[in-house]
Amino acid sequence: MKKTGTDPIFLILVLLAALAIALPFVASNYRTFQFTLVMVYAIALLGLNILTGYNGQISLGHGAFYAMGAYCAAILMDKLGVPYWATVPVAGAVCLVAGFLFGLPALRLEGLYLALATFALGVAMPQLLKYKALDGWTGGVQGIVILKPEAPAFFPNAGIPLNADQWLYFFTLAITVVMFVIGWNLLRGRVGRALIAIRDHPIAAEAMGVNNALYKSAAFGVSAMYTGIAGALGAIAVQFVAPDSFNIFLSILLLVGIVIGGLASISGALYGALFIQFVPNLADEVSKAAPWAIFGILMIVFVYLMPTGVAGALRLLLARRARKRTMPPIPQEEIP
Amino acid sequence: MDAFLHQVLAGLATGGIYASLALALVMIYQATHLVNFAQGEMAMFTTYLAWTLITAGVPYWPAFLITVLFGFVLGVAIERIVIRPVEHAPVLAVVVVFIALLVILNSITGWIYSYTIKSFPSPFPKEPLFGIRYMSPHELGAIGVTLVVLVLLYLFFRFTPLGLAMRAAAQNPASARLVGIRVGWMLALGWGLAAAVGAVAGMMVAPIVYLDPNMMGGVLLYAFAAALVGGIDNPWGAVFGGFLVGVLENVLGAFVIGNELKLSVALVLIVGVLLVRPSGFFGRVHVTRV
Amino acid sequence: MIRFTAVLLSVALAAPVYAQKKYDPGASDTEIRIGNTNPYSGPASAYGAIGKTIAAYFRMVNEQGGINGRKVNFITYDDGYSPPKTVEMVRKLVEQDQVLFVFQTLGTPSNTANHKYMNARKVPQLHVATGATKWNDAKNHPWTMGWQPNYQTEGQIYARHILATKPDAKIGILFQNDDYGKDYVKGLKDGLGAKAKGMIVAEVSYEVSEPTVDSQIVQLQASGANVFFNVATPKFAAQAIRKAYDIGWKPVQYLNNVSISVGSVLTPAGLEKSVGLITAAYQKDATDARWADDPAMKAWQAFMKKYYPDANLSDSFHVYGYAVGQTVHQVLKQAGDDLTRENIMRQAASMKNYRVDVLLPKIVVNTSKSDYAPLEAVQLQRFNGKQWELFGEVISAEQN
Repeated sequence: MKKTGTDPIFLILVLLAALAIALPFVASNYRTFQFTLVMVYAIALLGLNILTGYNGQISLGHGAFYAMGAYCAAILMDKLGVPYWATVPVAGAVCLVAGFLFGLPALRLEGLYLALATFALGVAMPQLLKYKALDGWTGGVQGIVILKPEAPAFFPNAGIPLNADQWLYFFTLAITVVMFVIGWNLLRGRVGRALIAIRDHPIAAEAMGVNNALYKSAAFGVSAMYTGIAGALGAIAVQFVAPDSFNIFLSILLLVGIVIGGLASISGALYGALFIQFVPNLADEVSKAAPWAIFGILMIVFVYLMPTGVAGALRLLLARRARKRTMPPIPQEEIP
Repeated sequence: MDAFLHQVLAGLATGGIYASLALALVMIYQATHLVNFAQGEMAMFTTYLAWTLITAGVPYWPAFLITVLFGFVLGVAIERIVIRPVEHAPVLAVVVVFIALLVILNSITGWIYSYTIKSFPSPFPKEPLFGIRYMSPHELGAIGVTLVVLVLLYLFFRFTPLGLAMRAAAQNPASARLVGIRVGWMLALGWGLAAAVGAVAGMMVAPIVYLDPNMMGGVLLYAFAAALVGGIDNPWGAVFGGFLVGVLENVLGAFVIGNELKLSVALVLIVGVLLVRPSGFFGRVHVTRV
Repeated sequence: MIRFTAVLLSVALAAPVYAQKKYDPGASDTEIRIGNTNPYSGPASAYGAIGKTIAAYFRMVNEQGGINGRKVNFITYDDGYSPPKTVEMVRKLVEQDQVLFVFQTLGTPSNTANHKYMNARKVPQLHVATGATKWNDAKNHPWTMGWQPNYQTEGQIYARHILATKPDAKIGILFQNDDYGKDYVKGLKDGLGAKAKGMIVAEVSYEVSEPTVDSQIVQLQASGANVFFNVATPKFAAQAIRKAYDIGWKPVQYLNNVSISVGSVLTPAGLEKSVGLITAAYQKDATDARWADDPAMKAWQAFMKKYYPDANLSDSFHVYGYAVGQTVHQVLKQAGDDLTRENIMRQAASMKNYRVDVLLPKIVVNTSKSDYAPLEAVQLQRFNGKQWELFGEVISAEQN
């Protein structure tokens, strides 16, 4: 990226941006909505990837932070009349704090033990949302229905008629771009290297002067923030939150997403999001009798063919092509 | 006091369920250093085979033995066919394969057998023993069977050359290979044994919770918690952890915080224990060397 | 904006193309497209049997010549019982598949998530598969209609029976901690009125992720309750009945309608342990010996054998699916050649004493412009160890 505009990655990014902007004008509203969800998942997966992929702390309960973000947005909009766009940063901030606090005790837990603690969080969250003492806020088992935002008057006035789906798509796209740029800067610099060092060799990292405890809990916080922002956007897109929307399978699906997309890879979040959004639908098309069987088989096929995820496989492919052209090898984007 | 005693005993009965699956988790961990999330579904799947046999007229104990053998073969087959190709993939990729196995087994069983619950026979008498109504004979029997499996496993790992070889293969594959242990087959054997233990667990659990494709779904988390709180590398600890989780949950639910949050609070307590004793009550303490 | 386009669309399409044939999207001279979502994957997959039965029902209808000469194209998607997925799938049905209406989408949360969308779009959300009361709201949500008797009314009916037969009752309740369980509890409390506080001595909940409800039953016994209201889904209901018997607790037991199948609840629980259970029913039970020679149930069995042969016949969802299939079949028959969304709702809201033959003999479907609850009547029945025995008159919510 430090090179000039002829960089192929730059070209790809421009192409991608053009595609993303054109999409809602050529696709149906329903497809636009689906791609809004893809971006929502992509943000959530990037968040989980910061924690699990880059920092090596496994989480089986990120659905809980997604739920927290979603409920933040819903409660603020429904109970306090906060405009939808303002709920997104609040959801992010709340989850940042929650994630950081959860990360503090989790510092003492590693591997399986952390997996259990996060798994427990994922299982407990729907029960907390249903708890009768919180009924007044969360709507209990009934959940909360929220209104879909319309495009601000600016657009129709400027001669660009946007419907609610298109507007929400662009709103989500803008936030996605911001979150990915922040993630890019964070992960490809000092912080990213520190996170990876902690993952690969915690004691050595500590000896090199990295504050493991601070980085690990901060990683938890930032990761939860990303996922919480995704949750808020998801709630606005779906216009409904309920405990049933955030069961443990959401957490597991997110984990599947980062592994299939590519661990410790920024672009992997996007591939993973496409996978968890579209592959279950595909499985349903194939078989009504046992859709999960098809879904599971596809998961295994992906892991067999691309054990380091789609991003890892693409990286290998690019590196191989580059070598063929006897060009200097592309610097490794991330460590698989 | 009577109510308290009753809750504790009912907790031991459900704890027995957790303990039996926790034992299978510990088995697979000892052999592969992984926690198999599909363990519960594998147990459920083999229990359906037992149900098919028994419905077809096979007497209980022969059906029991056939199912345990089938569980063993299923475990070995899954290791050889499904897990082997991802042996060198990142750990999380293997976890995804476990999740895939879980959903595949769940879905296929539902497809073959439908999701309607089925009653599963118990080998133990129906009438309460000595007029005690706190625990049914099956619940007592199931706890007994779990303890027998525990003792057999202990003897196997402690006193047989094969058990020793398996432990060696799991702890230090490279050295094990050097002394002539076929590490690959030891892993497969570990899978087979874990699946066989799981099959026993399934057949003991099914008469209590009824047989359905989601029978083990809820149990997995408890078993996982039980295994960790007892010490993931210690079968005795896993069984103890199972009983502890069962009793803790019942007492909390009935007398302390109500049913709505009992699972959440029980899990918080367990994680609390793990914070203080990261290797569980009976687990070996690991020291990391640089 | 959506609303505006939808209005334009319906105005454009409602314009008379032929003198009497009128079509909205999803209907033509040869086809009627109906959309549906059901959980075919995940922990709630048991309900998927309903969607599969309806699909089989329309296969039969099509084989017999369709409805008014049109074939039914029943499009059903997996929603995994997840509200966000249901929203996505229902949008697909409405916007991409262009169905005439959406039918029998399952689950209170999932239907709540779509409630606003369907009404804004003015696409019928017909005969939703949930027993919440909110679907009977013709004034504010004229495009949504339920089907089955609602949970709250059923709870009220038990309350009245308790008040009439056991005025000194001490009631213990076991309920699933979700909208379904809480609706029943609310109905019971409403029915008991001011006496609810004194009569209900224990309310304990369970989560679907729990392996057993044994601990809850022990709690209820310890509370000294002599009436047990069992609001659990089949697996947990069966566990509760068995556990109560095994620990020697002998209350008067009321069992919610969701779990009254002899084959898939009472048999696993133990028939001898189920003696004396009281429930409110509206549908014939496929596994009840009482209907073994009933022509309607025989026809149902023949249907299942031919069009859905791998099904488990003891599962009451198959009768349910067949019954809703008959109801919507009647709606479409009545609609004739006027297959507009408006007319579908109009016909669905003008059913007069329509008999669905797999429902209990005296139960009929009645709807009107202001009454969007097709089934409101139930009849109490008691289990005698072999089969259910109806007693008392048909009780209807309208008589309140």
